[in-house]
Amino acid sequence: MNSYHLDHLQYLETEAIYIMREVAAEFDRPALLFSGGKDSICLLRLAEKAFRPSDIPMPLLNIDTGHHFPELNEFRDRRAKELGARLIVRKVEDAIATGIAVPTPGEISRNRLQIPTLLAAVEEFQFDCLIGGARRDEEKARAKERFFSFRDNFGQWDPKNQRPEIWNLYNARVNPGEHMRVFPLSNWTEMDVWEYIKRERLQVPTIYFSHQRKCVRRNGQWLPVSDLLPPKDKEQVKDLVVRVRTIGDIISTGLVESPADSVDDIIAEIAAARVTERGSRADDKASEAAMEDRKKAGYF
Amino acid sequence: MPHTQHPVEILRLNTCGSVDDGKSTLIGRLLYDSKNLMEDQLEALERSADITGGGQINLANLTDGLRAEREQGITIDVAYRFFATPKRKFIVADTPGHVQYTRNMVSGASTANLSIVLVDARQGVTEQTRRHTYLAALLGIPHLVIAINKMDLVDWSEDRFQEIRDEIEDFIPKLDVFRDVKFIPLSALNGDNVVTASKNTPWYQGPALLGHLETVHIASDWNLNAFRFPVQWVNRPNNPRDPKLHDFRGLSGQIAGGIARQGQTVIVLPTGLKTTIKEIWTYDGSLAEAFCPQSATLRLADDIDVSRGDMIVGLENLPGCGTDLQARICWMHQRPLSPGKKFFFKHTTQTAQAVVTGLESRINMAAFEPEAEPPALAINDIGVVRLKISKPIVFDGYTTNRLTGSFVLIEQGTNATVAAGMLSAPTEAVKPEYTDFAI
Repeated sequence: MNSYHLDHLQYLETEAIYIMREVAAEFDRPALLFSGGKDSICLLRLAEKAFRPSDIPMPLLNIDTGHHFPELNEFRDRRAKELGARLIVRKVEDAIATGIAVPTPGEISRNRLQIPTLLAAVEEFQFDCLIGGARRDEEKARAKERFFSFRDNFGQWDPKNQRPEIWNLYNARVNPGEHMRVFPLSNWTEMDVWEYIKRERLQVPTIYFSHQRKCVRRNGQWLPVSDLLPPKDKEQVKDLVVRVRTIGDIISTGLVESPADSVDDIIAEIAAARVTERGSRADDKASEAAMEDRKKAGYF
Repeated sequence: MPHTQHPVEILRLNTCGSVDDGKSTLIGRLLYDSKNLMEDQLEALERSADITGGGQINLANLTDGLRAEREQGITIDVAYRFFATPKRKFIVADTPGHVQYTRNMVSGASTANLSIVLVDARQGVTEQTRRHTYLAALLGIPHLVIAINKMDLVDWSEDRFQEIRDEIEDFIPKLDVFRDVKFIPLSALNGDNVVTASKNTPWYQGPALLGHLETVHIASDWNLNAFRFPVQWVNRPNNPRDPKLHDFRGLSGQIAGGIARQGQTVIVLPTGLKTTIKEIWTYDGSLAEAFCPQSATLRLADDIDVSRGDMIVGLENLPGCGTDLQARICWMHQRPLSPGKKFFFKHTTQTAQAVVTGLESRINMAAFEPEAEPPALAINDIGVVRLKISKPIVFDGYTTNRLTGSFVLIEQGTNATVAAGMLSAPTEAVKPEYTDFAI
């Protein structure tokens, strides 16, 4: 490589910074979805790189399911404060209380209920663009999605009628009531994210690292025991040394047994991994088209 | 910038071919044989094999991610896949072969370093093969691989391979833009010459596909000759806490060509004001120089009026500037293009309005010959048009610079992206009056 050449992380970084700046320039009321998870941590660093020394010219938005890992919310609040960014949190519980989100009888998961909560926040703040940390390597439906992904008046994604995306010329035009979802990390892989976290020396929530936790075996996965998820009779419960590879809700995130307690260890573990990141997410396993169906309805 | 222990390059490629040429199977094979497929992905494949495939694993199911695609057994949209070897990282755009989906091929190929055009050894060269090869050339993709697939079904015949190769080489000189063209005989289904060399082709001396992808020279694919900096976002801190930032005024953007150096004299176009680069500011500290496609924030020596859409350029190799432009376009909408219609014109970081004032020609895809003055361009047609733009555009010919020579047309009202355009080289370079800035 000569000196006028970018390595893979520098290439992905400049692509993502370009997209962040397009959002700031093209939209009136954008927001950045920040959960405190590893992908959105990278997004925030990219936002700093895109906009400093100015302030990040958009608020951070998080949809709190009420089933988050407490470590995640603590991290989210601390990071937003460090950056001097405005953090907007909208809660599924509140959306249920006001009738915006209606659980089906017996529905425990808050996954589906995030959708109406998110769309209500879009309406409340008149957001015309949401930046998210989704990556194309995560899932088959996402592999088909554009960087600038159009949402109609109902917040729906129409995978068969996407705008062609050519060169780096992103068509950001939306009519009132419509909005755009923009994914600067589209071309990043799980490995790229961790390599970037290492290169940038980014802090991540402690649950990504190896720790001891009481776990219950359910549907072939170890799930964390909590008030929301007490073990049932005859279920196997164990104290294990585990970490999370991807963070969903505390009732559906599979934990992996792992001694990895540093970013280097995690990179080594992913390099040797034989299952994908979302292999530990019960919400994606529901059916082959689980993600596609949720995205069509307005999911992240 | 700090480096990880093993920095590698990214190669972006796209695969194209006719329906059933085996594109998705080839990508599945690349992922599978290079050990980039994970157990849960294989399990999902096996599940769908049991349900819909009569027990046969279908590697195409890896990339055909939408419900309708699996139901119809076709690829509808561009799918992006990622894999890595110790030598390189790869971003693969799998682009559908159906004639009605050519716009997706243009999407997937526009950012590629390399195109793989698949040819079914039994069918030989089809109109689709010619169209895809032509599109790859038109889009200025530097490297081309012609993958002659399903060689097992023609008994690994060297004669058949050579026959197809001759036919393609016959029309490639007309295209004349590729830096290199490689012909590889393979079987995506069985894995011959995909990752490892095949025993079935003793007559073939070249590399397997993956070996070629790992080694093809891509370091000079970006234009480093002429400095181009489309201003993307004006960076002016509001109420900065740091007093040093009170006067900070930076121009943020991605370098679209050439190299910027601190202290270098530059011209802001289209105004023509001349100044120097005081600082190349980045979050990671100032740089002495920055190059395409790095992102940076330029601080200029003089406080001149510069906004999004302006272009900062070096003194040498000046671009063109004008409102009457000629371009080759790929029309991508069901409603045909006829002259006189007004569109949004998105070029680098600016959007103007454009009227298509005339259709000069339409390319006949069988002969690659232009037909003069067609009445309209239908979906998937490629033709040369004249445009009148609502303000002066600073540009290069597409063959000189893909980033400053490309544009899209957006339909007003629906906001649909209806055309991909490649500008012809300017007939003359801009002649700014070299106004040294002075208060």
